[in-house]
Amino acid sequence: MDDSTILSITGLRLVSIAGNVIVDNVNLHLKRGEVLGLIGESGAGKSTIGLSSMSYARAGVHIAGGEVVLGGVNIRALDAEGRREVRGKRIAYIAQSAAAAFNPAHSLMDQVCEAPVLHKLMTRPEAEAWARELFTALDLPDPQNFGSRYPHQVSGGQLQRAMAAMAMSCRPDVLVLDEPTTALDVTTQIEVLILLKSLIRQYHTAALYITHDLAVVAQVADRIKVLRHGKEVEEGLTQQILHDAKQDYTARLVAVRGAAASERASGATVQPEKVLSVQDCHAYYGDFHVVRGVSLDVQRGETVAVVGESGSGKSTLARIITGLLPPRSGQIVFQDKALPPTLQERSKELKRTIQLVYQIPDVAINPRQTLREIIGRPVEFYFGAGRAEVNARAQELMTLVELPQDYLERRPGQLSGGQKQRVCIARALAAKPDLIILDEPTSALDPLVAEEILTLLRKLQRELGLSYILITHDLDVVHRIAHRTAVMLQGQFVAFDSTDKIFENPEHPYTQKLITAVPEMRVDWLDEVLAKRQKAAA
Amino acid sequence: MLAGALVMRAQFFSYRSHLMAKLIVNRLLLGILTLFAVSVLIFVCTQILPGDVASAVLGQGATPEALVVFRRELGLDVPAHLRYWNWLVGALHGDLGVALTNKRVIIDDLLPRLRNTLFLAGYAALIAIPLSVGLGVLSAINEGKWSDRLANVLTLIAISLPEFFIAYLLIIFFAVNVHWFPSLAMVSGSMGFSERVFQTTLPALTLTLLVAAHMLRMTRSSVLSVMSTPYIEMAFLKGAPRRRVIVRHALPNAAAPIITVIALNMAYLVVGVVVIEAVFVYPGLGQYMVDGVSKRDVPVIQACGLTFATVFVLLNTLADILVILVNPRLRHQR
Amino acid sequence: MKLFGHKLTASAAFGLAVVGLFIVISLFTPWIAPYSESANVGGTWDEPSMKMIFGADQIGRDMLTRMMYGSRMTIGVALAITTLSFIIGILTGLVSAVMGGYVDVFFTRLVDVMLSIPSLIFALIILGVFGSSIPTLIMTIAVLDSTRVFRLSRALGMNLTVMEYVEAARLRGEGLWWVITREILPNAWAPLVSEFGLRFCFNFLFIAGLSFLGLGIQPPYADLGGMVRENAAAINFGMMAPIYPATAIALLTVSVNLVVDWMLSIDARPSGAQAEL
Repeated sequence: MDDSTILSITGLRLVSIAGNVIVDNVNLHLKRGEVLGLIGESGAGKSTIGLSSMSYARAGVHIAGGEVVLGGVNIRALDAEGRREVRGKRIAYIAQSAAAAFNPAHSLMDQVCEAPVLHKLMTRPEAEAWARELFTALDLPDPQNFGSRYPHQVSGGQLQRAMAAMAMSCRPDVLVLDEPTTALDVTTQIEVLILLKSLIRQYHTAALYITHDLAVVAQVADRIKVLRHGKEVEEGLTQQILHDAKQDYTARLVAVRGAAASERASGATVQPEKVLSVQDCHAYYGDFHVVRGVSLDVQRGETVAVVGESGSGKSTLARIITGLLPPRSGQIVFQDKALPPTLQERSKELKRTIQLVYQIPDVAINPRQTLREIIGRPVEFYFGAGRAEVNARAQELMTLVELPQDYLERRPGQLSGGQKQRVCIARALAAKPDLIILDEPTSALDPLVAEEILTLLRKLQRELGLSYILITHDLDVVHRIAHRTAVMLQGQFVAFDSTDKIFENPEHPYTQKLITAVPEMRVDWLDEVLAKRQKAAA
Repeated sequence: MLAGALVMRAQFFSYRSHLMAKLIVNRLLLGILTLFAVSVLIFVCTQILPGDVASAVLGQGATPEALVVFRRELGLDVPAHLRYWNWLVGALHGDLGVALTNKRVIIDDLLPRLRNTLFLAGYAALIAIPLSVGLGVLSAINEGKWSDRLANVLTLIAISLPEFFIAYLLIIFFAVNVHWFPSLAMVSGSMGFSERVFQTTLPALTLTLLVAAHMLRMTRSSVLSVMSTPYIEMAFLKGAPRRRVIVRHALPNAAAPIITVIALNMAYLVVGVVVIEAVFVYPGLGQYMVDGVSKRDVPVIQACGLTFATVFVLLNTLADILVILVNPRLRHQR
Repeated sequence: MKLFGHKLTASAAFGLAVVGLFIVISLFTPWIAPYSESANVGGTWDEPSMKMIFGADQIGRDMLTRMMYGSRMTIGVALAITTLSFIIGILTGLVSAVMGGYVDVFFTRLVDVMLSIPSLIFALIILGVFGSSIPTLIMTIAVLDSTRVFRLSRALGMNLTVMEYVEAARLRGEGLWWVITREILPNAWAPLVSEFGLRFCFNFLFIAGLSFLGLGIQPPYADLGGMVRENAAAINFGMMAPIYPATAIALLTVSVNLVVDWMLSIDARPSGAQAEL
C-alpha cells in the first residue's frame, strides 16, 4: 500500500435549504488502496458525505463549507466543467438501489461503457472489452453477452454487480459505495460482499464504504469512522473499533450485534397451553402456490419466529392467520376452536384476540390522528368503552410502552421511528389480545432503536403473558427473542425447532447457508467463510 | 430451406414482440368496444333518457298532433333497441339520417364541415405541439430560473382565459387594428390551399394559444418528474454533461408521458374548436352541432356527437398504442 | 406575509385579493349595484362616463350593474356545479377504491366511457334534448365533471387503501363508512381542495362558454358569458363592450388559478433538476 493520501476532506459542512445543519465539520482522509468505513444510523449524514466527496449535493442540500482534495486537487474550487470531468473518471459512485440507478431505456453495456468513452479514456470497443473482463471478474452469468441485456431483464444481485462494473469502468482512484448490499437478501449479500472486496483489492482502489451495519463493514474496511447526527464520534482501525471502542456510542453499536446472545429468550414465560395451531395450510395467489403445507403451533407466552428471505412466503403466512388471505386447504385452530378462514366470517371478539404489528411504523398509523385517537379506538371499538374509560386505558398503555403521557396529544409526524413503533405496539395491546403477529417489526429501525423495541417486547411478554409470532429475515432478532424458530424457503418450512437447536445444529443445507451468511462482528469472518468454501470445493 | 428459415424467423419475431403485439391488439379491441359503448351512451341520452323525446323537445305547449308527427318523423314507434341498431348500422354505412329542421341529408352537410374542422384543428396542432413540447422541455431544464418562472406565470394566465376572450383580443389586434387577417373565417370548398390557410390563421392561432399553454405545463411537469429519478442522478455522477443527460437519458423516458399529454390536449382542441368556430363564424362541425342543439334537432345532435366522439376515441387509442410502442420494457422482453 | 403558516407570494396575494373582491360583490350585489338589473339608463353602447363606469350594453343598460349581477349568477352556478360534482365524485371514487370488486369495475368502466366523449360535446347533446334550464345545466355539468373528480378520488383512495393503517382498521372490523371518513378522507383533503379550485375555474369557464354559444344561462338572467355574446357585434365598430365581461371572467379565473398554484407549490419538493453539480 502506498502512503499517498488520495482523498482528503476537511471541515465539511452541509446545510439543508431550510437552514438545518446536516453535517458539521467532518474531516476524512483516505490513502491509496485503503478502505474507510463510514458508520452511522439514519440521519447521521453518511450518504450526504459520500456524495459531497464528489462535490455533489442533492436538491435541498447545500455544501456550505469545507475542502475536498482529490489527488492533490481541490475539486470544490474547480468550475462546473472541471468537477464534471472528475466524476466517474477519478471518483465513482455505487448507489444503494441498482434497480433505480440504471436507465430502463438503455442496455447495460451502453451504460457501463458510457463513462470511459465520455471521458475519452477508451474507445467504445476497448470499453466493451474491459466491461466484459469486469463482468467475468464479478461472476456474472454469460459475461460475453451479459451487456446486451436491459436492466429489467436481470436480477437484483446481478444489477448490483453490474453497477460495480459501471463504477470501475474508468478505473477510478476512489470508489464511493453507498449501502451497496443493504437492499439485498442475506445470502446474496455475502456473494456481493466477497466480489466487492476482491475487486477493490485487485485494482488497488481506495474506497469509502458507507453503511449502518458494523458487522458488514468490518469485513471490508481497514479503518472505520463513526458518525452521529452529522458529527464525528470516533475513528480508528477496524480491530480497535470492534474490540476497544473509546466512545460509549460506538461501544453500543458494536454490542448490538454482539455474538454473545446476551439475552437469549429464556423459556420462563412459556406455558404448555396451545394458543394457535396452523395445520397443513396451502395458499395461492391466483395460480401461484405460495404457501405449501405449512404447520406450526404457538404456546401461551411463547415467541415463535418464522425466518425467511424475500419470496419465501412468510408474510403470506401472516396474512393467512389474520384472515386477509383464506387458505385453499388446511385449517387454523385458535384456542381449541377452528378459526374461520376469512376476516368477514370472524366475530369481533375473535378479531380482537389476534393483533398485528407492521414493519414500517410511518404507514402503520394514521398521520392525521392523535395518539390518543389511535390507541383509544380499539378500546372504544372492542369494549364499547366510554370516554373516561378510554382515556384511562390510553394512559395505561402509554406507560406500558414507556412513552410520556403528554405524547397522547401529538400526531405521528412528531415522533421518531422507534416511538412510532411503540405506538403500534400500544395499539395492538389496547385490544388485550392473546396473540400478536409481528411482521418485521424492527427491520425499518436503526440497530440501537431496534434493540430497545425487542427489549420492550420481551418485557411485555413477561408481564402480560402474550404469545408472539415473529416474521423476520434477520437471524439476530430471532436469536434475541424467539423460543422456537421456523425456517421458511419457497413456501415450506425446512426446519421448525427450538431456537437453540437450530442455531447450534442446523440440519437442512438452506438453514446452514442462512446462518453462515450472517456477518459476525469479527474482522476475519469473511475470509473464514471464503476459506471454508474453497475447502468444500476442493 | 428458405421456408424453414422464414418460419424460424417468424417464430423468433413473434416470441420477441409477443407481449407487445398482444397489448396493442388488446388496446385496439378496447378502442372498438369503447366506440360501441359510446354510441350506446349517446343513443340512450338522446332517445331513452328523456322518456318521451317528443314532449321533451317540443315542450309543454305542444299540441297532441304535433307530438304524433314528431314521433313518426323520428321513428319513435319502433322499439328502442331496434332504433339503436338501425341507427348504428346506418352510421356504419355512412347514412346518418335526415335533419329534422331542414330535411337535408345529414351526411352531406356533415362531411365537408368535418373536413373544415379537422383542417383547423390540424393547423393548430401542427404549430402548438412542437412549440409547447419544446418550450416545456426547456422550461423543465431551466427550472427555478427566471425564464421558467416567467413561462409559468404566462401559461397560468393563458389557461385561465376563456377561448372567446383570446379570440376577441386577437381579432382586435390583428383584424381591426392592423387588418392583417380577416375577422371572420370564410372558407368554402372551392378555395385554394393558401387562401384557406390565410382565412383560418387567426382561429388557428387562437386555438394554438389555448392548447399550447396546457401542453407546455404538462410537458414541463412530466420532464421534471423524470429528472428527479435516481438514474438521472447516476448519469450526472458519471460525469455526463447536462445536454447529454437530458437528450440521451431523460427524453427517452419522458416520451411516454409526453405522448399522453399530447393526446389529452387534443381533447382540449376538440372542445376549443366549437367555441372558436362560433366566434369566427367558421363553417365547421362545431358550428353545425351548436346550430343543431339550439334548434333541438335530435338526429343532427346524435350524428355530430357520434362523430366528435369517434375522432376522440381514435386519437386516444392511437396515443395509447404509441405509449406501448415506446416502452423499453416491452421492446426488450425477458 | 403569512397565511395559515405559509409564506404568501405576490401573485398569490393578488389572486386572493381579487377572489375576495368577487365574493363580496357577488354576495352583496342587490345592495351595492348602482342600478337595478334591467334598468335602461343610456343608449346602445354608450361610451364610459361618470354615470356608467364601463359604458352601456347593447340595449342601454349599465354595463357595470349587469356585470355585477352576471358575476353573481355565473359564480353561483359554477359553485353549485362544483360542489355537486365533488359530492358525487368523492363518494363514488372513495367507495370504488375501498370496496374494489364489481363496484369498482362498474364505476370505472362507466366513467371511462363517459370520458371518451369530450365534455362540451356531451353537454351539448344533453342540453339539446333537455333544454337549458338552470337546474338542468347544473345537474348535467355536475355529473359530467364528477367523472374527473371520481378519477382523482379513486386514485387517492387506491394509494391510501394500501397504507397499513387502513388495513389495520379493516382488520379491526371497521365498517366502510368509518374507513372512508376517518381513515382515508382526512389524508386526502389537500389534493382535493386544490382540485376544487381548479374544477371551479373549469366549470366557470365552461358555463361562460356555453352561455356565449347561447346554450347556457338564458336571458333575462344576466350572465357574463351571455353578455359577451350579446355585445359581440360591438367589436366590429371598434368598441370594447364585450371585452369588459370577458375580462371579468378572465380576471376571476386567473386569480383562482394563482391561489391554487400557490397552494400546490407549498407542498412541492425541490426537483432533481436543482441538484448542486
